[in-house]
Amino acid sequence: MQSKATATLRLRSALPKVQLQNYVVYIFFAVVLLFFSATIGDKGFLSVMNLFNIARTTAMITVIAVAMTFVISAGELDLSVGSTAALAALTCALVMQAGFGWPLAVLAALVAGLAVGCLNGFFVTTIGIPSFLVTLGMMQFIRGLDMRVTYTNPISIANKTFNGLFGSGNLFGVPSLLVWSVAIAVLGFVVLQYTGFGREVLATGGNRMAAEYSGVKTRRVKFAAFLLSGAAAALAGMLYSGMMQTARFNFGEGAELMAIAAVILGGTSLFGGRGTILGTFAGSLLIGTINNGLIIMGLDVSEQMMVAGGIIILAVAFGKKPTS
Amino acid sequence: MTRPLILEMTDIRKSFGTIPVLKRVGFTLKKGEIHALMGGNGAGKSTLMKILTGVYTRDGGKVTIEGQSVDLHDPGAAERAGVAMIFQEFSLVPTLTVAQNIFLKREPRYPGTPFINGAEMVRCARLILEELGVDIDPDAPVSSLSVGYMQIVEIAKALSKKAKILVMDEPTSSLSESETSALFELVRRLRASGISIVYISHRMAEILTLCDRVTVMRDGETVMTADCADLSVARIVEAMLGAGNAKSFAWKDRHVPAHARAVLQVRHLRLAKRIEDVSFDIREGEIVGLAGLMGSGRTEIAETLFGRRRAVSGEVLFDGAPVTSQADAIARGMALVPEDRRKFGLVLDHSVRDNIILPNLHRFTRHLFVQDGAALQTVQDTIHHLAIKTDGPDQLARLLSGGNQQKIVIGKWLARAPRLLILDEPTIGVDIGAKSEIVETVRAMADKGMAVLVISSELEELMAISDRILVLHGGRIAQDMNRRDVATEEELHHAIQGHSHSKAKIGAA
Repeated sequence: MQSKATATLRLRSALPKVQLQNYVVYIFFAVVLLFFSATIGDKGFLSVMNLFNIARTTAMITVIAVAMTFVISAGELDLSVGSTAALAALTCALVMQAGFGWPLAVLAALVAGLAVGCLNGFFVTTIGIPSFLVTLGMMQFIRGLDMRVTYTNPISIANKTFNGLFGSGNLFGVPSLLVWSVAIAVLGFVVLQYTGFGREVLATGGNRMAAEYSGVKTRRVKFAAFLLSGAAAALAGMLYSGMMQTARFNFGEGAELMAIAAVILGGTSLFGGRGTILGTFAGSLLIGTINNGLIIMGLDVSEQMMVAGGIIILAVAFGKKPTS
Repeated sequence: MTRPLILEMTDIRKSFGTIPVLKRVGFTLKKGEIHALMGGNGAGKSTLMKILTGVYTRDGGKVTIEGQSVDLHDPGAAERAGVAMIFQEFSLVPTLTVAQNIFLKREPRYPGTPFINGAEMVRCARLILEELGVDIDPDAPVSSLSVGYMQIVEIAKALSKKAKILVMDEPTSSLSESETSALFELVRRLRASGISIVYISHRMAEILTLCDRVTVMRDGETVMTADCADLSVARIVEAMLGAGNAKSFAWKDRHVPAHARAVLQVRHLRLAKRIEDVSFDIREGEIVGLAGLMGSGRTEIAETLFGRRRAVSGEVLFDGAPVTSQADAIARGMALVPEDRRKFGLVLDHSVRDNIILPNLHRFTRHLFVQDGAALQTVQDTIHHLAIKTDGPDQLARLLSGGNQQKIVIGKWLARAPRLLILDEPTIGVDIGAKSEIVETVRAMADKGMAVLVISSELEELMAISDRILVLHGGRIAQDMNRRDVATEEELHHAIQGHSHSKAKIGAA
C-alpha cells in the first residue's frame, strides 16, 4: 500500500515540475516573443519579412539539431557537424564547377556527409572511443580539410536551380529554407515518435545494456544515428551555400554548439533516453529569435553573444529536473 | 537476556500527504543484539529506518537512545546520537583510498595547521580495520576492493564515528557465499563488542542463523516481535503476508511427461572460464533449477545459451538447431531475465509501457511504424496478468518497487510467449508477496508447455519452484536430482558445497 501511496505522491508533487520542465522552451519562446513585440514590434520585428527572416537564418541549425536529437537521445554527441556542413558545401560547389549537373552535386555532398557519419560511427561503435573525443577530433580534421581543399578560397555557385532549391528561392511561395527545416523536423518527429527505429534509439540511450538484452542491436542504432547526423549536416551545408550562392570553408562554424543548445533547450536529455523533436524545433527558433531581436534592438555583436548565452543558461536552469 | 535497551522508538507516526505510512509503530533494540527488521516492500521498514537515521522527520512519537530522548531532525543529529546506516548502494568514493574514505571530511590534521596528517590517518584506519579483524590495506584504492570488502570499509567508517547502532540494509544481496559468511563473522564480533545492529533482509535462512530477535512490519504497523529461537520460516512468512497468503511458496509436485520433447539440449559445453564440461536437457513444460556457488559460472552458462557468449567447444541445441546469435535465440523464442534488472533488464527512466514493448518491437511494427494501439493491449494484459502494481502504463519503471520492476522484466518476455525462459536470480530484492506471485506465474506458463531454467542462490526458492535441480560444481554438473528426491535444503546445500550425498545422487528418471 505504502509504496503505491508514496509513488503516487512523488508523482503528484513532481507533476507541475515535470510539466514546466517539458514546456520551458515554449514558455521561454512566448516570453521572448512578447518581450520583443512590446519593445521592438514597431521597428519591424513583427513584420512578415522579419519573421521569415528568422525562420531562414535558423533553418540550418534546425536541420542539424533534428539529427542531433537522435544522436543525443542515443546517448552520444556529434561535434563534427559544423565542419561537415562546410565539407558538403565545398564538395557540392566543386562538382558543379567541374561542369556536372546539380543532382550529382547534391548526391556527392550527401555522400561526403554520410562518409563522415560512417567514420564517426565506426570509431564510436566498433573501436569504442567516446563520441565526444571522436567527433571533437573529426571536427578539427574536417575543418582542416575544408581549408586545404580550396586553400580557403570561396567557390561561387552559379546554378540557379540549385540556389533556388537550397536556400535562395521560394517553394510554393514560402522561402525554401523554411520548407526544408519544417520538412526535416516533421520527418524527424515521425521517425523518433512512431517508428521502431525511434524507439530503439531511445532505449539505447536510456539503458544500453537493457536494450541489448532485449534484442536491440545498439551498435547499429548508434551507427545509424551518426549517419543521420552526417546526412543532415550535408543538407545544412547545401542550405548555407544555396543561401550565399557560394561555398566557403568556414560555413557552420559554431553550428554544432548552437544545435546542441537547441536540442537541450528543447527538453532532450543530454544523457540520452529522452528526446523531443518538437522541443528541438522550438529551441532552434528560440535561439534564432533571440539573435534576431537583439540585432534589431541595435545591440553590438559582443552584447548579443552575452545576452544569448545568458538566456540559454537560464532556460536550461528552469527546465532542469528537480534533483532527487 | 536481560540486556538493557539501547534504542526505544514508540508510537512513531509518519504520513506522506494524507496517506499514513507509519501508524504508531513501536521498535526496540537491545544493547549488543542483532535485530532483524522484516516486511514486504511498502511495509514501512525503510521509512522507519529513515526516521532513525534522520533522513525523514517523524510526525509524532518518541525516540530514546540510551534513555535520552533524541530529536533526529537531520542526518547529522542521528550521527551524533550514534546511529549509522550501512547503505545497500555503497556511498564510498571509488578513486580514494580506504583510509581517505573512512576519514572523509574528518581527516586528522597536523596540530594547529589546516594540513592533513596522512600518516596518522592511515594509522587510525589500520587500527580500526585490525579491530574488525580484516586484512585490508588502508592505502588501497576502494575501486580495487571486492563488494564485500567495500561493505566492511563502510562499517569501519561508521565505527570511526563512534556509532553504537548500525542499520544494515540487505547487506548480503551482492555478496558471494564466502563473503557472506565472513560478514556474519564480523557482525557477530560487533555484537560481542556491544554494538547493536538492525538487520534488514529478505532472506529467511540468513535471519534465523544470524539474528537474536525479529520484528515484522506490515502495512505501516509492527505485527510481530519475537526471539528468533522461537520462530520458524513459516511463522515469519505468515506474519509478513497475513494469515492464509503463504501457501504458493510451497513446492508443488508437477508432472512432466517423460516423453516430452527436449526444448534445450546442452552437450559438453566448455567456456573460456569456469565451465569445463556441462551437459543437460530441459523438456517442454519442465522447470529446471541450476544451483551452484556464486562465481561458479551459472550466469555465463545462461549468457551462452542466449547467444551472448561463444562456447569454446560443445553445442547448444534449441529446438534441435544450434543457437547462432542472440537475435537468433530471441527470434526462436528464448528469453533471458538477467540477474541485475536495473542494469540489464530495464530502461528505468522509460515507462512501464515502453519497457514491455521493447523486446516485442518487431511484432508491433508494420511498415516501419509501431502499432501503439495493439501494443497497449498487450501491455495492459501483461500488467493485469502479472498483477504489476502501477499507476498505469505510463508510470516510470524507476518509481516501482523491486518486485514490480522484476515483474516487468519477466512480463516483457512472457508477452512473446517464449519456448524457453531463463531466469537468473529472479527474486533478489523482491519481497515475499511478489516472490510467490512470480513463482505462480512461472508455474502457470510451464503448465502450458514453456521450458524454464531458474538460476538461484536461494535454495529455498529452488526448492519451491524446480521439478529438477542441477548442481554446478567445478565446471561440471555434479548432480542432477529430481526435486522429489531432495528432502531438505541441507541436502542441496551439501551438494552445492561439493560433498556427494548418497540420497541425492539419484539421476533424473
